[in-house]
Formats: sequence, C-alpha cells, structure tokens
Amino acid sequence: MLSDYITTVLAAGWVSLQLAFVALVLAVVLGLLGALCKLSGSRALRIVVGMYTTLVRGVPDLVLMLLVFYSLPALLNQGLEAMGSDLFIEFSPFAAGCATLGIIFGAYMTETFRGALIGVPHGQVEAAHAYGLGRVHTFRRIVLPQMIRLALPGFTNNWLVLVKATALVSLLGLQDIMFRARGAAEATGKPFTFYLIAGGFYLAITLISLLVLMWVGRRYAAGHRELTR
Amino acid sequence: MLTVNDLHKRYGDHEVIKGVSLDAKAGDVISIIGSSGSGKSTFLRCINFLERPHQGEIVLDGERLLTTRDRRTGELMPKDRGQLQRMRGRLSMVFQNFCLWSHMSVLDNVMEAPMHVHGLSRSEARERGEANLAKVGLGKDAFGKYPAHLSGGQQQRVAIARALCMEPDVMLFDEPTSALDPELVGEVLKVMQTLAEEGRTMIVVTHEMGFARNLSTQTLFLHQGLIEEQGSPADLFDRPRSERLQKFLSGRLK
Repeated sequence: MLSDYITTVLAAGWVSLQLAFVALVLAVVLGLLGALCKLSGSRALRIVVGMYTTLVRGVPDLVLMLLVFYSLPALLNQGLEAMGSDLFIEFSPFAAGCATLGIIFGAYMTETFRGALIGVPHGQVEAAHAYGLGRVHTFRRIVLPQMIRLALPGFTNNWLVLVKATALVSLLGLQDIMFRARGAAEATGKPFTFYLIAGGFYLAITLISLLVLMWVGRRYAAGHRELTR
Repeated sequence: MLTVNDLHKRYGDHEVIKGVSLDAKAGDVISIIGSSGSGKSTFLRCINFLERPHQGEIVLDGERLLTTRDRRTGELMPKDRGQLQRMRGRLSMVFQNFCLWSHMSVLDNVMEAPMHVHGLSRSEARERGEANLAKVGLGKDAFGKYPAHLSGGQQQRVAIARALCMEPDVMLFDEPTSALDPELVGEVLKVMQTLAEEGRTMIVVTHEMGFARNLSTQTLFLHQGLIEEQGSPADLFDRPRSERLQKFLSGRLK
C-alpha cells in the first residue's frame, strides 16, 4: 500500500524532470540570444533585453507563473471574443510551466552568458578575424568553447534553482513530484515520509547534476587547468 | 605585392594616422619604427581592417579592397565581408600577445584557419602544420600541449607557425617580441630572420632596432601619425636626417 504511493510519487519525478529539461532548453536559447543582444551594437535591442531581464528578475516566480497560466489565456480569449472568434484558449499546466520557467531562467542565463562572453579575451576573436574566419565560425569554434568554461559556475547555479523551481508548477495542478507527494501525504497521514521522499528526489538530481557538470567543466578547462587549481 | 595609399585613422577628434602610404614588393621586409603613440601599431592593424581606417586604400597583389563608409562613425568598412575574409586569409598577422586560441592544442591552433579558410583537408592541414611547427623549432612533444603550457617564446613561435600555415602573401608582425622576457626575444628573432632571408614579404612593427637595421629592406620612421623619414635601413640608422629620428635613435642605441 505504502509502496504503491511511493512508486507513484517517484514516477511523478519524471514529469518534474521533463519540465526542468524543456524549460532549460528554452532558457539557454533565450539566454544566448539575450546575451548577444545585450552586447550588440544596437541600442534598441539592448534596451528591450534590459527591460526583459529587469522585469523578469524583479517579479516573484510564482506571480509570473500565475499570470501566464491564468491571466494570459483570459486576455487572449477576451481578444478572440472581441474579434468574434469562438476559439477558446487554455494552457496546460505543463506548457505554462515550461514557458514561465524558460522565460524566468532565460533572464538569469542572459546575465550569466553575458558575463562569460565579456570574459573571453578580445584577442581571441581578433586572431580569428585576422585569419579570415567568419563571424559564425568564430563564435562557434573560438568564443563558444571558451565561454562555456566561464559560464559553467553560473549555469550550474541557475540549473539547480530551476530544478527546484519546478515544484511551483504543482500549484497550477501539474502532477509533478510535489503534487503527488502532497496527495500521498494527505491520503496516508504520513507527511514526513512523502515530503522527505520528494526532498530526496531533488537532492539526488542536484548531486547527479553536479557530477555531470563537473565532468563538463573539466573537459572545457583544457588549456586552463593550472589556473583553476 | 601590398600597397597602402594615404591611410587616415582617428579616434574621436584625435587623428592618429594622418596619411601614411606604403608599398611592399615581393620579398620586401619593411620595418616600421617609432615611439609609442606614433600610430605604428594602429597603422598595421588598419591594413587587415582589425581597425577601420577613415580614409585610404588597401591593394593586395592588384586586388583593391572595396569599401563603403559607415555613416554613423565615418569609418570605412568592407563592402563585401567575403572579400575582406579572403584577403585576410592571405595576410597573416602575428600579435604582440600571441593570441593563440587558448582552448586548442598547438597543432589545432595551426590547423584551424587553413582548414576553414583555405579549405584544406584535415590531413593536409596537419601535414602543413607539423612542417611549420618543426620549422619554427618546436618538437613533436609540444604538438599536443595547450598554449598556457608553453613559454612566451614558444607561444610566439607557434603563432608564427600559425601564420606560415596560411602560406600568406604578406606577413604582418605587430611588435612580436615586446611581450617577451628579454632572454626569450632571441629565439623569436632568429625565426623571423630565417623568414626574412627566405625572401618572405614582411611588414614588421618593432622596437628591435637590430632587426630593423640588419634584416629589413626598407624602414619607416613614424612620428605622430606621419612618416617622418623612410628609406634603406643604412640611410635611416647611419645618416638620420630629421632631428626627431636622431633623438629617437640616440635614445634607443645607447
């Protein structure tokens, strides 16, 4: 009986993980674009991205999530109704969660990546240009690998916070590990057991992440190892 | 081989190059000397457009770099980035601070541009890279190392090998020994001497008066963005006409 509940709770961990991964991909894409915009020559782009990161980092995650899940569809539906359409938009908790977390952590990634991009010495890019390498090639082969090394500590932080922030999506009704743990806790009257299982799950993900990212870090530290020790 | 006509460059209102021209024939070794702030490095960096000049013309082996004017800054910019990249592929630069790609091994550093700019296959690039690394005096044991594991002199020699791997028409040297410890200068100068004697076309911004005097075919003395004096090194070093050059040399050759 109890073991059935435990299986259900842990199975819901898969939903949490999927959510975290989809949000991470979105956050990395937004973060890279945001960082490049912030360092671009265009004032307009810098201002727009500056507004994005300030706004998103300045509003609690939960508030943004509720706004995206409840208010955004309501707004869209009002608009559709006004246009005489009988379409009705509703976000699934999973989609709303991915979108919100992606947007929130995209803002943090923007700052992490911006710092890392600034940290790549200009001479590295100049040498690439001086030898006739194109802009895209220079970014992919020279800047990106060096930037990953510099971005990794900040990236690790963002990812760990992101994994834990997925728990918020249970408030939208997504049946993630927190949602299931609360259900099981109430049904069995054993809150300690189930919240501990949930806590252990997040801790396990954190530990695995740290191991993987340490390996990645070592790979990208090639040529710099003696400076990091 | 390389002609630069009436080059001007300014930062804000301050004009740092006020019309400098240069004509390098195949096999010429042109040394550019002058005190710091004379504009010599900036001039060199304008040749491959790492700095954008405000006026001037770059002609490499009969091909003129097509430019348009950036309306916001007034600088010249390449009309066709592809043409600039092709020309840069034939003008290879050696930097003061080496600027080797720090995340790549020595061998990868010298293979990267030949593969992606000149389209060499991996094995061709490797063969060429190994030959040029050997030429600058690096042993096989260094091929897999990262730049940070090498001495400054070794790094600069790798940088020269990287430049040689492009089989360039003209090599540009931007104070190649200024960042080196005194005891490491010699090994780099020796490599440069070999290149000069092979008849490579080189433009060298330098503080090494010995190199300028003994190995260049032509010397330019820059002062405040203008050529104060130019000619054969014998003329400049033994019979300096202008008072500024006399002063500069007496300060150097003490």
